[in-house]
Amino acid sequence: MEANIAIPSDGKNTWDGGGVRPFGASYGKMMMWFFIVSDALTFSGFLAAYGLTRFKFIDSWPIADEVFTHVPFIHGIYPMYYVAFMTFILIFSSVTMVMAVDAGHKMQKSKVAWYMFATIIGGLIFVGSQAWEWNTFINGSYGAVKTTNGKVLQFVKDGKQIALSDFVVGSRMDERVTHTKKNGLWFVSGDEVPKYSLAQITASYKADPSVQIRIEKIDMDKKKKYILSREKGLAELANGQRVVEGANLSANEYGNTIFANFFFFITGFHGFHVFSGIVLNIIIFFNVVLGTYEKKGHYEMVEKVGLYWHFVDLVWVFVFTFFYLV
Amino acid sequence: MAHAHESNVKRIWMVFGLLSVVTIIEVYLGIVKPEILHLTSILGTSPLNWIFIILTLFKAYYITWTFMHMEGEKKWFRRAAVWTAVFLVCYLVTLFLIEGGYLHSTLAPLVKW
Repeated sequence: MEANIAIPSDGKNTWDGGGVRPFGASYGKMMMWFFIVSDALTFSGFLAAYGLTRFKFIDSWPIADEVFTHVPFIHGIYPMYYVAFMTFILIFSSVTMVMAVDAGHKMQKSKVAWYMFATIIGGLIFVGSQAWEWNTFINGSYGAVKTTNGKVLQFVKDGKQIALSDFVVGSRMDERVTHTKKNGLWFVSGDEVPKYSLAQITASYKADPSVQIRIEKIDMDKKKKYILSREKGLAELANGQRVVEGANLSANEYGNTIFANFFFFITGFHGFHVFSGIVLNIIIFFNVVLGTYEKKGHYEMVEKVGLYWHFVDLVWVFVFTFFYLV
Repeated sequence: MAHAHESNVKRIWMVFGLLSVVTIIEVYLGIVKPEILHLTSILGTSPLNWIFIILTLFKAYYITWTFMHMEGEKKWFRRAAVWTAVFLVCYLVTLFLIEGGYLHSTLAPLVKW
């Protein structure tokens, strides 16, 4: 009966629902759960749209472990290792968070503070790693040629992808330089001119018989991209329109333009969640240190923010699977 | 929380161990990609992908139930959150993937490689 009666909300207790606890959960915790459900649906929307696009381009989608192959400070090809490390960091920070909640139930103030601190550090390492990942993705490591019909041509030697700088020699042959503000109108600057010109790349391709071209099309029996013969490669290269290095929203060296767009939007949206989680954690950390919850008599706020933090981890588990593994 | 405040520390570390092992398995399979799992197809995608999806749901279950403490909530509160999300996500994903497959079947023949 009581549940059907409107409770005056002009009292002091507006923010905790006036002490009503449906299902034995406090107002704040319940609303955090419902926020998480709606946020989960937002992420599902992103990932489902990714799935749709991937099915649409099922025979030409970039292969994740050929794209994400770098580890900071170490040269060479190490697919997946760094993302796996990031996953560990996030799971571990989830563990320290749940430890903080656990210590909160026992009213151990300093333990809560230390575990919160560890969680914040974990979050910062994750966001830092993601910044590094973005930086690597945007700068690119190989370079490619985009054709007039929007296809991306990559260069391989003995079946392994090579960078433009590994085989391109000679001069640009077109005298193009990046237009800078100091050379003209002060408010106008041109697009950056890539290091190598199309003509130069074509000439170098012709000169080096060991270089071959790999196209986006996937051989569905082997799940590898097709590598063209030297003659076919030259014919494709003749359709070249521009040189692409790294990635932005209009072109990238990995393949489909929308692949990079999804990368930016999904990992960016998740990274933004991690960032706001860190901010919340920092606020709660200071409240813990100042003894706010000690005075209140309970550490439920740590639990509520903890829910958000675990949710961020939960989302990453899915992003990791659908962006990097599947 | 309604129930007694016994310490969960041991269980938390156990779940952490479990999640770590599952992640290691996923990464190992993702790097090695055994041909028998990767190049065959079952129910629309490779067995490898199914393994990834099942392991992901397994991890999601443990994160929600242990770390987010769903197991300690009242039954119908749990259902209000989990059933809603699971139903809507299944619906959305099913429609989107069917539509993606359709787009491929209509557009792919028009692409000249």
